Amino acid sequence: MSAHTLLAEAGCHIQHDCAFPAPGLNSFDFKPIFSIGSFDFTKPMLLALICMVLVVGFFWAAFSKPKLVPGKMQMVGEIGYSFVSRSIAREVIGKKGDKYVPFLTSVFFFVWIMNVMSVIPLAQFPATSRFAFPVGLAALVYITYMYLTFKTHGFRGGIKNLVWLDGLPKPLVPLIVVLEFFSNVILRPFTLAVRLWANMFAGHMLIVMFSVATWYLLTPAWFAAVSGGSFIVAILLTALEVLIQFLQAYIFTLLASIYISGALEEGH
Amino acid sequence: MMTFLAAEGAQNPLIPDTAELIVGLLCFFIVFGMLGKKLLPNIQKTLEERHDAIEGGLERAEKAQAEANRTLEEYKAQLADARHEAARITEQAREQGAAIIAEMREEGQRQRDAIIAAGHAQIEADRRQVTVTLRQEVGRIATDLAGKLVGEALEDNARQSRTIDRFLDGLEESASSTAEAAR
Repeated sequence: MSAHTLLAEAGCHIQHDCAFPAPGLNSFDFKPIFSIGSFDFTKPMLLALICMVLVVGFFWAAFSKPKLVPGKMQMVGEIGYSFVSRSIAREVIGKKGDKYVPFLTSVFFFVWIMNVMSVIPLAQFPATSRFAFPVGLAALVYITYMYLTFKTHGFRGGIKNLVWLDGLPKPLVPLIVVLEFFSNVILRPFTLAVRLWANMFAGHMLIVMFSVATWYLLTPAWFAAVSGGSFIVAILLTALEVLIQFLQAYIFTLLASIYISGALEEGH
Repeated sequence: MMTFLAAEGAQNPLIPDTAELIVGLLCFFIVFGMLGKKLLPNIQKTLEERHDAIEGGLERAEKAQAEANRTLEEYKAQLADARHEAARITEQAREQGAAIIAEMREEGQRQRDAIIAAGHAQIEADRRQVTVTLRQEVGRIATDLAGKLVGEALEDNARQSRTIDRFLDGLEESASSTAEAAR
């Protein structure tokens, strides 16, 4: 429950001398559930913990005692696993990518479930719309990317792999080197984190906006019709969000594997 | 539980909260640890085993098929060999039979010639003996007859035989000249 729902429940409707409580950045700030010293335990952290338990719990149920002829849980787990291992790792990195499937699988399902929290009743908040979670994961991807680049190519080769393109006309070389450096070394981790965060942030903002508006406009007057429209939009946006949650988790994992693939390949 | 925080002022959303960062990474590492160390290797192993079971079954079936084919080929080859052998033996027997028949025929011919030759020799010998006997007989009879006719005992053997021989020679000469003339 976000702060706005509570505010709206308090009876803030149009024509009640109550201004529209527009959702904003404050929709993403939560009072701590409890505090230990200066450490505040907040709802997004709780959601992250719940997501961890869900992901581990699901895969435990599916894969702890795997059978040659799979049960229902194992079947579903295998579909998820082969989605990452075949459609992402094999497709992007190739045979060498098998080593990174556990990392990619963990990233994909952890991100996806954190995103899905957006539409789960009571949770109703995507943990990934708190920038710290995408940043942490993007940092891990970035560290993996850099580590593999220098491990595969050595120091000079690694630098070359990051900034160099073969077969360029001489005058363009300095420009491209600078651009490649920015693109690969500085922007990649940032865009990776921001893309996920911004999508979930905006999605949550839209749902909150239309949900609050639905409540705010719900009065025994002609506004009620607008309220109904707003409600329908909120429902449609929720459906759209379900798609985007999956898509963003997929894109995050796909980009991670593209970076790993770039680190492993021989030259550009 | 959670109330509006506008009073405190919203933070810049692009500055990650340290506590959240730590909790997030911790949660991810637990997920990664459980999945990466135990659960995904588990399922990977199972998937490989399943793959083996399916592929292995097919492979075994193929192997059995190949084995059966090979045995069939062997049997066919053996059968062909046996037929060939039989044909060879029949041919050999036929040749041998022909050879034996030819040999027998030759042997028969030889024996027949030998028997004929022996017969001829025997006849010749008999003829000789008959001739000798006949000559003696004729001589004695003639001598007896002449003695009776002449009344003179022809006891002188030497003279007697000379006379007979002369007579017989004359007889033979006339016979051979008659034969010459007849020819």
